[in-house]
Amino acid sequence: MGRKILFITTDQQRYDTLGVNGGILSRTPVLDGLAAEGIRYERCQPTSVVCMPSRASMLTGQFPSTHGAWMNGVPLAVDAPSVAENLHDAGYATSLIGKAHFEPFLDPFGRYVENSLANLGVPTVEQDWFDGRRGVHRGFDHLEFATHGVMGPLHYAKWMKANHPEALGGFYQVLDSDLNVNAAGGGDTGAPQVNFNDVPRDWYHTDWVAERTISWLNRQNGDQDWFCWMSFPDPHHPWDPPKSEIGRVPWREVPLPANYPERADEREALIDAKARHWRAWYDGTLVSNYEAPAKWVPATLTADQVREVNALNAVEVELIDEAIGRVMKFIEAKGWGDDVDVIFTTDHGEFQGDFGFLFKGPYHVDALMRLPLIWRPARSTKPQAGVVSAPVSLVSLAATFLEVAGQPAPVWVEGASLPLSDDDARARSFDSTVTEWDSALFGVDVHVRSVVTASHLYSEYKPGTLHDGSEGELYDLADDPLQRVNRFSDPAFLDTRATLHERLLAHEERPGERAEPGVVMAPV
Amino acid sequence: MWGVITRPESIPDWFPGITSCTVEGNIRVITTASGLEMPEEILTNDPLLRRFAYRITAPMYKFHLGVIDVIAIGENDSLCVYSTTAEPDVLALIIAGGTRDALLQIKRLSENGVRE
Repeated sequence: MGRKILFITTDQQRYDTLGVNGGILSRTPVLDGLAAEGIRYERCQPTSVVCMPSRASMLTGQFPSTHGAWMNGVPLAVDAPSVAENLHDAGYATSLIGKAHFEPFLDPFGRYVENSLANLGVPTVEQDWFDGRRGVHRGFDHLEFATHGVMGPLHYAKWMKANHPEALGGFYQVLDSDLNVNAAGGGDTGAPQVNFNDVPRDWYHTDWVAERTISWLNRQNGDQDWFCWMSFPDPHHPWDPPKSEIGRVPWREVPLPANYPERADEREALIDAKARHWRAWYDGTLVSNYEAPAKWVPATLTADQVREVNALNAVEVELIDEAIGRVMKFIEAKGWGDDVDVIFTTDHGEFQGDFGFLFKGPYHVDALMRLPLIWRPARSTKPQAGVVSAPVSLVSLAATFLEVAGQPAPVWVEGASLPLSDDDARARSFDSTVTEWDSALFGVDVHVRSVVTASHLYSEYKPGTLHDGSEGELYDLADDPLQRVNRFSDPAFLDTRATLHERLLAHEERPGERAEPGVVMAPV
Repeated sequence: MWGVITRPESIPDWFPGITSCTVEGNIRVITTASGLEMPEEILTNDPLLRRFAYRITAPMYKFHLGVIDVIAIGENDSLCVYSTTAEPDVLALIIAGGTRDALLQIKRLSENGVRE
């Protein structure tokens, strides 16, 4: 019997939403406890700040420019590398319960397994694997899917329609009649993607994901090694947690974020110092990507709306923490407590009011790029608790899972396994991480590459609809942790900029085989 | 190639995600792998022009028109042009991806011996 792996992800969760990371709105005792027992990473970056490329990197251990799912709506090739296939080969039972999103959501024809599986009524299907064999879909024996609501063909939506049709109307309608991200406001403040949801807590997708996870775990015998990816759709918008729970965080008492200057002129001065697409989005003259409501203008965002969004987000984070607590309690009751590695993270962050924005896009600052990451190694390994401040990336997860399973990292993995300490990070040269952005949708393309070191965050904009290839952003993380002062054109930072540019060049020129970039099949 | 296109009931063989269909007169109802049923109206099925045109009339589409033309370009070669116009934009993007892969499948079926 080896070490079992519980991999927990959320969707669109900021670093500072956890108590252990300095968050003050949500109570997160379960995750704080896991961090106290294990390793907490202070600077974990995604490979992309949107779901599909980032999640594909978790599964493949590759950057988007390698695995080919370079923007939302580009499916990860069905025979792309998958760490779950390697774990399956190593004898692990494998499951993914909750939000997958390696394949487009908007898929009325049901072309993709994720969207047809619930209708087929089987736990998985056989597909081509990366090594030419055939096997369970992406290496998972069991798949049960959920996303941010009750529309569509996934398992949670079907369960709600079959069992609780009276509660469907309480959920926010994520898309509008044009199938764009809905800009309609709700709640007390009229904030976009906010809604009071009458659904009882037990029926909400957070609890459903935990219950389905427990159900799958309960079917594993005691000696079976398993890899379970428990993937919560929250706290991604819409912000429509069960109304019964919203009193936990009264929005009127929520302080404004440190990076939300209340005066518009102050906000606008900060935005104007950044690359030009920031201000274009703020004013509503250009929406560069699908992930934010096309008809919403960030300049209209009010301080109270920021407070209400952050309050509801905090409620969703608390519900997730409690759901994780139930699963951990079940694991202890099964007698597996000492043999399970728990890794918690998310796919990318969320503005939550920073600089006057909500949602996400090609804006590489900590709001979207600094992620919570906790690794509680199996107690049987007598782990040394600690904090890693060196920059690490989600691209390291696949190699980490394989190391836990006692398996070698295959040649296709681009990220080394996570360091256990800063000393380990130094010894293995964890000194920078890269985040990529490429999008081309409805006539607008944007291409960004960013590198984060212990001291700086540096972005270059390649030529696109708005950028001519000469723009960039450079932030000194020590003097300017909120990334308000763009040093890209500051002569005093020319050497720093040159060094970081070399890091990006090295990333572009890294060795290894790249998949053909995939085709955009849907906007998300 | 036209032998594939002209049979409205053949669409599950070549359009990705469509698992079955029924055809009654000029109404075709397709069922997708996710269990969704979508009605369509066949507008043209002209063996002289070798043109098949249809509309998806499901309410999610504000507008849809699909036209498939088969043009002879040699004794044994045909050019297939599959044009789709759709609203809203999001659905146009999705159907564009499906159309692209449908063309590839029509090519495979045609080259595997389905003759006019």
